[in-house]
Amino acid sequence: MTTTPTDTAKISVRRVRKTFDLKNSEFVALESVSLDIADNEFVTVVGPSGCGKSTLMNILAGLETPTSGHAVVDGKDVRGPGPERGVIFQQYALFPWLTVRKNIEFGLKVAGLRAAERRQRAEYFIHMVGLDQFADALPKMLSGGMKQRCAIARAYAVNPSILLMDEPFGALDALTRVTLQEQLLGTWSREKRTVMFITHDVDEAVFLANRVVVMAARPGRIYDIVDVDLPFPRTEEVRLSPEFGELRNRVWHSVYHQTPGVAAGHASS
Amino acid sequence: MTASTPRTSRNGAVGNPAASAADPASQPPAQDARATATQPPDSAEPPSPPGGRSTKRRPGKRTGLRILNAVSIVGGITIWWALAVSGFEFPTPPEVVETAIELWNDGILQEDVVASLTRVLAGFIAGSAVAIPVGFLMGWYTVARGLFEPWIQFFRTIPPLALLPVVLVLMGIGELPKVFVIFLAAFLACVISTYQGVVNVDRTLINAARVLGARNGTIFLRVVVPASTPFILVGMRVGLGSAWATLVAAELLAAQAGLGYRMQQAQYYYDTATIFVGIVVIGVLGLVMDRLLLFADTKLTGWQERR
Ligand SMILES: Nc1ncnc2c1ncn2[C@@H]1O[C@H](COP(=O)(O)OP(=O)(O)OP(=O)(O)O)[C@@H](O)[C@H]1O
Ligand SMILES: [Mg+2]
Repeated sequence: MTTTPTDTAKISVRRVRKTFDLKNSEFVALESVSLDIADNEFVTVVGPSGCGKSTLMNILAGLETPTSGHAVVDGKDVRGPGPERGVIFQQYALFPWLTVRKNIEFGLKVAGLRAAERRQRAEYFIHMVGLDQFADALPKMLSGGMKQRCAIARAYAVNPSILLMDEPFGALDALTRVTLQEQLLGTWSREKRTVMFITHDVDEAVFLANRVVVMAARPGRIYDIVDVDLPFPRTEEVRLSPEFGELRNRVWHSVYHQTPGVAAGHASS
Repeated sequence: MTASTPRTSRNGAVGNPAASAADPASQPPAQDARATATQPPDSAEPPSPPGGRSTKRRPGKRTGLRILNAVSIVGGITIWWALAVSGFEFPTPPEVVETAIELWNDGILQEDVVASLTRVLAGFIAGSAVAIPVGFLMGWYTVARGLFEPWIQFFRTIPPLALLPVVLVLMGIGELPKVFVIFLAAFLACVISTYQGVVNVDRTLINAARVLGARNGTIFLRVVVPASTPFILVGMRVGLGSAWATLVAAELLAAQAGLGYRMQQAQYYYDTATIFVGIVVIGVLGLVMDRLLLFADTKLTGWQERR
């Protein structure tokens, strides 16, 4: 509705509607959601619980199909999951019977890479997330932050052009969270990817993003889009700057003082 | 351990031996909402002597437990002995040992053990070997579930032994009917558990595999199979217990050799010592087999996060 879909966008969500059948009614999880994400852009999505953030991500991941509308990636309609779209789940979703290394190699094995090649690639990403000492440890021996780093390495290893992250740091303590945010941005600046990052933390949303998408619930829709023109690298200095504070307040207001029935078109244009 | 899920209560047939034997298996490892890993099926462990899972405890506590175990065993035997000499129709422990040695020297004990073990292993191995693929099929394909489920639900409410009369009529009096009821006992325990394991595989793990490019075959082999291993092993342990119980009862009813048969014979002659030998040997063999499976369990499912 607001954003006219263009063919140049890396990810293009076009008037997506998603309903779930309940006992004797239908529940509208997403209503006419349109969003373009440019190549190598880092977009964060915030919104109240139940506003359809995960649903939107699952549609892009190909784990759910929209009731109507299209999810387009690289100019092609999304049909099912694919290794070009890496997904990082809130619950880590590491295979508990595989070591860190084997977890990271999983996608490479599926892709048919030979053992030596797999090992070499896995080694690189293990090092990237700083898990060298735990390469042969099972997930049960890792802390939450280490598990999430392993999940990030596993997603990166198959070399996706898009990363979809659903509240990946949601279960972590504030300190680990900040560290991982900085590491994620570090990785992203070296290994550029198009990222859609879901969070319920306004600070996190602003700190990481080129653009913050604010969603509203009932029905799930895009409520506001806030451009974040803070400089990279995002340092502590940036986090403490007045500009950051202003953007944070703006997003905060959008999330916590939503006017019922307003969609992005009316709020931001 | 978390209580059984709604799915369990749907399957749970209450109030008969077959169902209660399989009950631990139908308590799936609790899925912690926050953890991706399946939790250990501790609750599913059949009753075992104290100290079974004490390996993770502090060494001090462990030796303490061991001492208590030893005290308990010595105490129990002492009470047995005391009862035997105070007029009960019990053989004393030395009499039982003596009888065991006699039976061994005559070659009878070995013969009985071999006969019983052969039956139970044949039935148990065949039962598990059929149960695991059937359980996977049921968990993976709706069609298979729809076709198999009514029969499995029906038969698990019947103690396998109750089928022995009809099986004897249909299969004659050879080894086959006995092995068959044992097969049934092991199969029913293991199939339900395997099915539960497949159904309980964490969706996010399957999704994680899918987004890494895995197709159904790979997901099945690399995610569903390993994720259900803990359930399968629990099912096998319950199945083994059930098989062993069925074996002894089957031998009491219809056999020409075996530990159950020997006890049945001894009963005619009021030969309580031989009966006691049978009981002890059955108990020890059952325990050894269970420990072997438990060992396999810890080797194969050590990846589980334990609470
Ligand atoms: N399979 C489903 N069947 C029925 N309703 C569903 C299903 N999946 C999601 N929903 C509903 O759709 C709405 C959006 O769910 P979604 O998980 O996308 O929310 P979310 O924004 O990710 O929330 P949270 O921040 O709590 O994770 C919720 O109200 C949820 O109850
Ligand atoms: Mg969500």
